Amino acid sequence: MKFQFESLQAFINMGDHGIYVWPCYIFVFAVLIALTVSPILSQRAFLKQQKKLIQIQKNTQAR
Amino acid sequence: MNWQWFHRLGSPRWFYEKTNTWIPWLMLLAWGGLLTGGIWGLAFAPMDAKQLDSYRVIYIHVPIAFVSMACYYIMAIAGAIGLIWKMKLPFMVMKAAAPLGFALTVMVLVTGAVWGKPTWGTWWVWDGRLTSYLVLSFLYLGVIVLQQAFQHRDTADKASAILSLVGTVNIPIIYKSVDWWFTLHQPASLKLTSKSTMDVSMLYPLLIMIFATYIFFTLILILNTRSEILRRESRSQWVKDLALGKSGNGNKEESGK
Repeated sequence: MKFQFESLQAFINMGDHGIYVWPCYIFVFAVLIALTVSPILSQRAFLKQQKKLIQIQKNTQAR
Repeated sequence: MNWQWFHRLGSPRWFYEKTNTWIPWLMLLAWGGLLTGGIWGLAFAPMDAKQLDSYRVIYIHVPIAFVSMACYYIMAIAGAIGLIWKMKLPFMVMKAAAPLGFALTVMVLVTGAVWGKPTWGTWWVWDGRLTSYLVLSFLYLGVIVLQQAFQHRDTADKASAILSLVGTVNIPIIYKSVDWWFTLHQPASLKLTSKSTMDVSMLYPLLIMIFATYIFFTLILILNTRSEILRRESRSQWVKDLALGKSGNGNKEESGK
C-alpha cells in the first residue's frame, strides 16, 4: 500500500478535485459524528430530567 | 414451536438491557472501519483513469446509499411487524429509523451533487436514479412528519407503518432506474451476481467502508431505539430505577418480563 500523492499539498489539492472531495468527506464525517453523539446526549439528558421529576414527586408526597 | 424468543425480542426492556453490552463493540467496529476505509480511500487507493481524484467520493457516497435503502426496508418491516403482531418495540424501531434514514439520504444527495459537478458538469439532473432517490428522502420525511402529526401515538405508528410499507415500491425503482431509463448516473460497479468492475486496489477500501457503514447504521439504530424506549416507557418502574441509578445494566432475574 503506497501513499498516492507526492506531497501533502498535492494530497489536499488532488489535481484541482480536492475542492469537491474534501467538503464531501468533512460534511459526511460531521453528520456521522452528530448522529453518534446526539442519541447518547439526549438519553443522558432524559434520564437526568426523569431523576429530577421523580425527586420532585417524592418531595411533594412527603409534604 | 417455542416462541419465547420472539416474545422476548418484542420486549423493550429486554432490548434495552441486551444492547447495553453491544454498544462499545459496535462503536469500535464502526468507527475503526470508517476511519480505516476513509483514509485508505482518500490517500492510498490509486487514482481513477477517467474521473481522476474526484472518484474518491465513492468511498462515502456508495456505502451510505446502500445503507439508506436497507434502512427503508428495516423501517417498513418493523412497521409491518408492529401492525400484524401489535408489538411495541417494532414501532419504536420504525420511529428510530426514520430520522436516521433521512440523514443518510441527505448525505447521499449532497455528496452525489458535489461528485456530479466535476464528473457530469452539473450538480443535479432530473433523471430516474436521482429523482427516485429524492422520493426516498421525502418518504423518510413523510414518516417523521406523520409521527408528529397525530396526538395519539398508536394512530401515528399505524399511519407511519402504512406509509413505510407503501414506499417500499420505490426501492426496486431506485435500484433498477439506471437500467430502465437513459440516465447520467453510471450503472452499479458492485454486483452480487457478477464480478466487480473495480480493481481490487480500489475495491478493498470500498468493501471496508460498506461493512463499517452497515455496522454504523446498526449502532445508531440501536441508540435511537433505546432513546425512544426510554421516552415511551418513562412511566415504567425499570426506567424510574434506571434514572435513579438503581438498576444499572438491569437485573437479570427481572429482564424480559
